[in-house]
Amino acid sequence: MENMVEISNVFYGYKKHDQAEEFLALRGVNLKVKKGEFLVVIGHNGSGKSTLSKHINAIYLPKEGDVVVNGMNTKDTEKLWEIRQSAGMVFQNPDNQIVATIVEEDVAFGPENMGVEPSEIRKRVESALKAVRMEEYSKHAPHLLSGGQKQRVAIAGILAMKPKCIILDEPTAMLDPSGRKEVIETIKKLNKEEGITIILITHFMEEAVDADRVVVMDDGKIVAEGTPREVFSKVELLKKLGLDVPQVTELAYELKKSGINIRQDIITIDELVEELCQLR
Amino acid sequence: MSIKVNNLTFKYMVGTPFEKTALDNVSLEINDGEFIGLIGHTGSGKSTLIQHLNGLLKPTSGEIYIDNECITSKGIDLKKIRQLVGLVFQYPEHQLFEETVYKDVSYGPKNLGLDEEEIDNRVKWALNIVGIDYDKYKDVSPFDLSGGQKRRVAIAGVIAMQPKVLILDEPTAGLDPKGRDEILQNIKNLHKKSKMTIILVSHSMDDVAELADKLIVMYRGKNIIQGTPKEVFRNVETLESIGLAVPQVKYLVQSLNKNGFNLNEDIITVKEAKDAILKALRREKK
Amino acid sequence: MIKDITLGQYLPGDSVIHRLDPRVKIILSTLYVINLFIINKFIGYLYVAIFTAFVIFIAKIPFKYIMKSLKPIIWLLLFTAVFNVLLTPGEIVYAKFGPFAITDKGVYLAGFMIIRIVFLIVGTSVLTLTTSPIALTDGIELLLNPFKKIGVPAHELAMMMTIALRFIPTLIDETDKIIKAQKARGADFESGNIINRAKNLIPILVPLFINSFRRADELALAMEARCYRGGEGRTRMKQFNIEKNDYISIIVMVGFIIISILSRR
Repeated sequence: MENMVEISNVFYGYKKHDQAEEFLALRGVNLKVKKGEFLVVIGHNGSGKSTLSKHINAIYLPKEGDVVVNGMNTKDTEKLWEIRQSAGMVFQNPDNQIVATIVEEDVAFGPENMGVEPSEIRKRVESALKAVRMEEYSKHAPHLLSGGQKQRVAIAGILAMKPKCIILDEPTAMLDPSGRKEVIETIKKLNKEEGITIILITHFMEEAVDADRVVVMDDGKIVAEGTPREVFSKVELLKKLGLDVPQVTELAYELKKSGINIRQDIITIDELVEELCQLR
Repeated sequence: MSIKVNNLTFKYMVGTPFEKTALDNVSLEINDGEFIGLIGHTGSGKSTLIQHLNGLLKPTSGEIYIDNECITSKGIDLKKIRQLVGLVFQYPEHQLFEETVYKDVSYGPKNLGLDEEEIDNRVKWALNIVGIDYDKYKDVSPFDLSGGQKRRVAIAGVIAMQPKVLILDEPTAGLDPKGRDEILQNIKNLHKKSKMTIILVSHSMDDVAELADKLIVMYRGKNIIQGTPKEVFRNVETLESIGLAVPQVKYLVQSLNKNGFNLNEDIITVKEAKDAILKALRREKK
Repeated sequence: MIKDITLGQYLPGDSVIHRLDPRVKIILSTLYVINLFIINKFIGYLYVAIFTAFVIFIAKIPFKYIMKSLKPIIWLLLFTAVFNVLLTPGEIVYAKFGPFAITDKGVYLAGFMIIRIVFLIVGTSVLTLTTSPIALTDGIELLLNPFKKIGVPAHELAMMMTIALRFIPTLIDETDKIIKAQKARGADFESGNIINRAKNLIPILVPLFINSFRRADELALAMEARCYRGGEGRTRMKQFNIEKNDYISIIVMVGFIIISILSRR
C-alpha cells in the first residue's frame, strides 16, 4: 500500500442557509497522497481546500466518490475512530482546539479518548511534547502561551495519538512571523524525522517552497499540481486566482515580460542571482 | 492632525509580582497626513501604544498631544478624542452586532450624535471606500457576508466616524492574499482621497514597504528604529535580530551587489528592483 | 479587573497539600465547611484559625493570595454584618434608629456570620489554590461516578466544567477587547439611566455570544477530530491513588472535628 490518502472523484455540497440551491464546494477532486509525503494545498478562501481537508478526517463524507485513508474508506462507519486516529487534524484558531487547562492534560486528551493505558499515555505525552519542543511548558496554562506555542501544543495533542498523517488547516493564518516559523519548522521536522505524512493547507506561499508537492485549488477543483518550482512558475495563473508568489519569482516574471530572457522557474534568491549574473 | 508622544511609559499590574513594562519611555512625532507603518512582533508594545492614542489606556507617565491638545491630562473629553482618532482593532469583524450592514456602520456616527442625513451620507461614503456596494448590502445581515466582506464592513464602521487619524491594528490578519490586497488598496485610496493620518500596524514588511511614508519599529516597549521605509530597512541585521525580516528583494539586491552588480541598496519593492535590474542589464549591453 | 480574582484560581506547587488526592481534598473541604456551622463558640473559631493557618503554612500559599480571595466578598461581608447588627432583636439594646436596633445578640451574630463566611472562603480557596482545576474536575467526576447508575451524568458534568475553566480566561480577554472596540466607536458605558445602560450592553453581548458559539462549534469539531465520543471507554493519564498522606490528612481532619465538637460544650 503506497498511498496514505486516496481521494477519487469526490463531490461535496451543502446548503447555505439563505439559498435554495446547493453550493458545490468540491466538484470532482482526485488526489493521491503518498506515505511520508509533504503536500501543500493552496487556494483562496472558498476554493474548497478546507472542505477537502475535513474529508480526510471523516468529518465530512463525500456526496459522491470515495476517500480512502490508510486503506480505510471514510464511509465505513466502523472504521471512523481508526481513521481519525491515523489522520489527525490541526485547525486554524489555536484557542479553539485546546480543551484542557494544563498543557500536558490537553496533549493527553486524544489518547485518553482512545482508551490507551495510563502509563502509555504518560510516555506518549512526554515524547509528543519533546517532539514539538514544548516539554518545559508541560505544566503551563495554555491561555498564557503565544500563538505559535499553542499551535505546537495542538500538534503535540495529535502526535500523542500516533497518527500516520497530519492535516493542518491554515495553522499559521493567525500567527505572527515568528510563530509561523516555529510551527512550520515543527511540521517539517515531523515529516523528515518521524516520517509523518503532512498535508498543509495555507495561503502563505513561502510555506510551500520546501514541500514535496503543491496542489492549487480553485472553485472546488484542483487546477494545478506539481513541485513547488513547477507550480510557482505559473505566475499568471496564480495571480489570476488571487494568490501570491515569492518576490523573486514575481521579479523574474516581470523581467521576462520586459524582454529579458530569463528562466521562469526561479524560487530562491540564489537562483535569481545566478541567472542574472549569467545575463551580464 | 499631528500626534506628539512624550516619554510615554505604561506598566501593567503595578505593585504585583506580575508587573510588566509594556511601554518604556516612548517619544515620537507623527505629522499631519502621514501614512505610518508600525511594526514589531507580538508583545513589542505596538498594541499598547495605539490604545493610548485614543484614550483607551491611561499612561503610567508621559503625555500625548494631538494637535497640541494634551489627551492624557485629567478631565479631557474622551468622546472628542475618539472622534478625532479612530481605532480598528484586530479581527474587527468580531465586533459586528447589528442586524444589517447599514445599522452596524451607523453605530459610530450615531454615537457622535449626528443627524440622520449626515449619518446616511457617512455610511454611504464609508461603504464606498471599503468597496461594499451600498444598495446591494445595506439591508443584508453582516453575519451573512464572507470573511473579507465582514472585515471591510467593520472597518467602514470606524471610517464612518470620519476621524482625523485612523489606526488599524493588523487589518489583514488571517485573510487570504486577495482579501489582504483589497483591504490594503482601500486604505491606500482612503489616504489619498481624505488626507487622513493613517497608522497601520502590521508584521508584514512587504505591505508596509509599499504603503507607508514612515515606519516605526517597536521592540520590548521601545521604538527602536524610525524613518522612511528605505532608511529603516537599511538596518537589516537589527531587524533580523528582533525577529523581523526585510522584504525579500532587499536580500536579492544585497546578494546581486556582492556578485558585481552596482544597484541602489535602498531598493525595497519588486517594481524598484525590476527597474534597477533592467537599467543595469541594458547599460552593460551597450 | 475580573482577572484579579483568585477565587477558583490554581497556584501551582508541590506541597503535601497539593499532592493530596483531589477526592480526599474535596471531602475534607466539605467536612471543614460543615464543621464551621457546627461550632457555636468563639473559642471554636480560634481552633479553626489555628488549623487553617497551619494548612496554609504547609501548603506554602503566600498570605497575599488568601487576602486577595477575600477581596471580592468585602461587600457581602459588610452587608451581612449590617443586616445582622440592625435586624437581630436582643436583650441589651445599645442604640435604636426607628425600627432598627443594635443589640448584643446582633453584634454577636454579625461577628459569627463574618467569621463563618471568611473561613468558608479561605477554606475553599485553599482547596482551589492547591488543586488544579483539572484535578478538581477529575475528583468531582470520580466522586460522582458511583451515582452514574441513578442517572448522574458524571463525565458530562466534568467535561463541561473543564471546558468552562479552559475558556473563562479567553472569554474575559475577548470581553475586554470588545468593550474597548465599541468604546473606540464612541460607545458610552458609564453614563445614562439603567435602561440606557442595559441597552448599551447589546453591542458587547451580541458579539460575545456570536463569538462564543463560533468557538463552541470549532471546539466540538476539534474534539471530534481527536476521537472524543463521550465518557465510554475513556481512560485517563492521571491516576489517583489514596496514599499514606491522604490517610494522615483524614485522621488530622477527624481529630480537628472532634475538638471542634467538644468546644460546643
